[in-house]
Amino acid sequence: MENANFLVVEDSPTMRQLISFSLKRFKNAKIIEAVDGVDALKKLSGPDRIDLILTDINMPVMDGLKLVSLVRQNAQLKNIPIIIITTEGAEEDRERGLALGANAYISKPIQSSHLIKTISELLSV
Amino acid sequence: MSDETKAEKFLEIFNKGKEFTEELLRENQRLRYRLLALENEHSSGPSEEVTRLREQIAHLTDENRRIQQRFREVEEENKDFANRYIEIEEQNNNLANLYVASYQLHSTLDFREVIQIVQEIIINLVGAESFAILLLDEKTNELKAIAYEGEDTMPGVESISTRLGEGVLGTVAKTGESYYINQDVEGGAITLEKPLAAVPLKIKEHVIGLIVIYRLLQQKDAFSAVDYELFSLLAAHAATAIFSSKLYSQSERKLNTIQSFLDLLTTTP
Repeated sequence: MENANFLVVEDSPTMRQLISFSLKRFKNAKIIEAVDGVDALKKLSGPDRIDLILTDINMPVMDGLKLVSLVRQNAQLKNIPIIIITTEGAEEDRERGLALGANAYISKPIQSSHLIKTISELLSV
Repeated sequence: MSDETKAEKFLEIFNKGKEFTEELLRENQRLRYRLLALENEHSSGPSEEVTRLREQIAHLTDENRRIQQRFREVEEENKDFANRYIEIEEQNNNLANLYVASYQLHSTLDFREVIQIVQEIIINLVGAESFAILLLDEKTNELKAIAYEGEDTMPGVESISTRLGEGVLGTVAKTGESYYINQDVEGGAITLEKPLAAVPLKIKEHVIGLIVIYRLLQQKDAFSAVDYELFSLLAAHAATAIFSSKLYSQSERKLNTIQSFLDLLTTTP
């Protein structure tokens, strides 16, 4: 997958940098960062086409689950693949995230290779 | 027909019969020779063509065996390469974690931000659910928690306090040696005094505090190899980042005080 635009939604600068670092494996990838759900919605309504969203759950202002829900209700955004990346590792959290419309659910600490594989699968469809 | 004529006729037929018989005998003889020649030909071994074809088959069989052997070798090499690729991926992942952790730790001189970054590393990169960051008060020789997480799963983590040299935490701070519990061997419950890990924050041999981990995230069973690398990195880099940010904030405070004092002096008539 080349020239993909990724939206990374994370309140932690450390995690944003780590995820962005992994995404650089995709040729000509453009990484747009947002610090919470509201910031992400602003970036989604901006001029950049977003090919995939990676979002944390626990964030101030608007959490990741609310963001997933709003994206899936929006006619223009509803088809963008979403990956949840979170410390919440319980099965019910995973089920909840996927039920809201996320395409994949990855628990922290993340393995870069697993993240790349998941993204590649979602973008190759 | 007279008798003489009959005799001549009989003689003629007889002669023809004789010639025919002689011819048959000659043909028989010729065929015997041919048969003998063919038998000799076959009994003396295969023809050159058959020999050549047999050699070719033997050569091809040998080549086939060598190709199969090479195929097996290449398959083994492929497996080795695949395993090596996985190892390199893992190393790459680990190096990325270490790079990001190191980069973030030295990205600010704000004390609260540095502590926040250390917490983020412990949560997101190590995968700890309950932990505390303790700093040593050099005047009282007391270790006190300045940041913590997971007080619901480890009650009391928010108010840990211990003296230098006392208990597991005090000993780690005094000796500067990291402490990791091997639950498979040692077993027992994790308590405030007996954590999963206690890592000294050191500037050279000078311990300024501790990172104490009590509980890992639900999805994480045990520390991995990169966690120990992260602990080593945190031991040194977090210590210098915390120490320099403390010095910076102290110097900022002093600068403000001096500036206020100077302002007071210059504005006083």
